[in-house]
Amino acid sequence: MTRADGTRFTGTGVIIRTGKLFTHKAICMAAGNENCCQYQRMPRLPSMEPQTTMLQINNLSATVADKPILKGLSLTVNAGEIHAIMGPNGAGKSTLAYVLGGRPGYEVTGGTATFTPLPPAGGAGGGSVPSGASPDQTHPPLTPPASGRGIDLLALEPHERAAAGLFLGFQYPVEIPGVSFVQFLRESLNSQRRARGEAPLSGGEFLKLAREKAALLRMDMEMLKRPVNVGFSGGEKKRAEMVQMGILDPSFAVLDETDSGLDIDALRIVGEGINAIMRAPNKGVLLITHYQRLLDYVQPDFVHVLAGGRIVKTGGPELAHQLEEQGYEAVAQETAA
Amino acid sequence: MSTALALPTRRQEAFRYSDVVALAGVWPVTREEIRVAAGTSGALAIVTPAGGATARMLSITLAAGAKFDLRILNAAPIFGRIAVEVELGEGADFTLGAAQLGSGDQTLEIVTEVTHAAPNAVSRQLIRSVLGARATGTYLGKVAVARGSIGTDSEQSVRAMLLDRTATANAKPELEIYADDVKCAHGCAVGELDANGLFYLQSRGLPPAEAKRLMLQAFIAEAFAGAPDEDALTTAALAALGALL
Repeated sequence: MTRADGTRFTGTGVIIRTGKLFTHKAICMAAGNENCCQYQRMPRLPSMEPQTTMLQINNLSATVADKPILKGLSLTVNAGEIHAIMGPNGAGKSTLAYVLGGRPGYEVTGGTATFTPLPPAGGAGGGSVPSGASPDQTHPPLTPPASGRGIDLLALEPHERAAAGLFLGFQYPVEIPGVSFVQFLRESLNSQRRARGEAPLSGGEFLKLAREKAALLRMDMEMLKRPVNVGFSGGEKKRAEMVQMGILDPSFAVLDETDSGLDIDALRIVGEGINAIMRAPNKGVLLITHYQRLLDYVQPDFVHVLAGGRIVKTGGPELAHQLEEQGYEAVAQETAA
Repeated sequence: MSTALALPTRRQEAFRYSDVVALAGVWPVTREEIRVAAGTSGALAIVTPAGGATARMLSITLAAGAKFDLRILNAAPIFGRIAVEVELGEGADFTLGAAQLGSGDQTLEIVTEVTHAAPNAVSRQLIRSVLGARATGTYLGKVAVARGSIGTDSEQSVRAMLLDRTATANAKPELEIYADDVKCAHGCAVGELDANGLFYLQSRGLPPAEAKRLMLQAFIAEAFAGAPDEDALTTAALAALGALL
C-alpha cells in the first residue's frame, strides 16, 4: 500500500520510507492514530535524500582532571534521528554530554565534533515559531546546508553552542536562588535570538510561549515563576528541563539521564514531551540513559553502547532490550569475542 | 551639629581598612543627626554620587515605637564610606539594607553601631558586597545590647561575592550583650559565583557577562527588598552592576 506522502505500508507493521525504518510510530500513523506517542507526520523533503548529518563526532578524546575519560569516540547523528547512548557507570556518558556542551574542566585532547544545525521547518514538530514574532523575522525555508557548512562545535563557547541550536539537558539541574525561571529563560531565549539576528520576544509573547510549553509537560505555570529549580523535586527538575527545551526549541538536544529520578507517570510525560519537541525531520537527539524504560516512549533509531570511553556496539531499538536482559558485561564480552 | 576634627588613622579600629588618603580629601565629615519621634516612622535611601570620594556619618535616634528604614547603595568610584550610629528606644525598629559594588581600586565601607538601649527593639542589617579587580569592601558592625534591654531582636547578615581573587572583603559583625533573653543573630560569608550555576545559565544561551549579572542581581536584590523606593534603588544597583562586569 503506497500512501500519498510516499510511505509504503508493508503489512508487517513496518513502514519503509526512503530507506528508513520506523516501527511503533509508523504503525500509529498508518492506523491514522496520530495522537498516539504524539507522532507528527514527517513532511517528505528533498533535503532528506541523502540524509543530512547533524552531529558528526570523530575520534573524540577528553580528560577530566587529567584523567582520560573519552578515548576515541566516533558517532554520527543524521537529521530526524534519535540516538540512545547506554552504558555502565563511569563509561563516559556524562562526560560526552558535558564535552558537547562545553563545560569548563572537560578538556578535549583529540578528535572533532561538527554540528550542522538545520533551520526550523516552520511548524513541524514542536518547533512552532511563536505567533508573536514579526513576519519579517520568519526563518528561511528549509534547505540542506552546503557541504562544509558544519560548525566546529568544540571551538565555541557554551552560550554560542546554545545559540547555534544545541540544548544540553542536565542530569543534575542546578538550583539558582533569586533568579526566576521566567526571567532567566526569557533572557536566554532573547540572547539566542539576538545572536541569530532575530527580534527578541516581548514579555507577553514570551509568557504565551512559556505557558504553551509548560502545558505540554503538564507543569504548573506558577512553578516557572519560582527561582530556578529551588525546592523542586528530582522529577520536577527534569520536567522543568523539558519545558526549557520546549521554549528554547533547539535543533539538537543532548539529554543526559533525563529519565533518572522520574516516577512512571512523569517518565511518560517527559517521553511524550521529547517526542513532541524534538521528533522532527530537521532535528536530532542524543539520549543518554541507563534504562530501557524511557526508550519505550522515545523510540530510538539507533542504540549505542558506550564503554571504556568509546562506542563498542551499535544496533537498533532491540539492542536496548538485549542490554536490559543480559547486562552490559555480557554484551560487551560478546562484542569483544 | 558637631564635627569631628582630627583626621583618623588606620590604627583606629573603625578606619582599619579605610582609604585614609581619599578620606583626607573629604575630611572633616559632618555628623548628620536624624531623630524619629515616638510611634512615627522615617526612611532614607543613600546612593553614593558618581564622582570622587564620599564619606557620611549618620546618627539616628529612634524613640519608643519608632521605625526607620535605611538603604544604602555604595558604588562610589574611588572611596565610599557610610558610618551609622543608631540608638533604639523601647520597641523601636531599625532596618538597614546595603549593597556595595566595587571594582578597580575602589574602597567601600559601611560601619555601623546599633545600640539597643531599651527592651523589645528590633534591628535588621543586611549587607551584600560584590567586589572585582583590587576593590575592597568592608562591613564593620557592632550591636550593643544595654543592661535591661530584654526582648532585643537583632540580626546581621553579611555576604560578599568576590569576582576576582585580587579583591578583598572584610566583614566583622560584633556583639556586646549586657542583657539576658535577647536574640542576636549574625552570619557572614565570603564566596565566589557558583561555577555550576554559571555553566547552567550559559548552556541556555546567556553570554558569560549576562549570566554573572543575573546571578549577582539576585544576590544584591535582597538588600533592597521591601524598601519604600525599591524599584529606583534596584535600577541604580543594576546600572552599577553593569559597570562592574
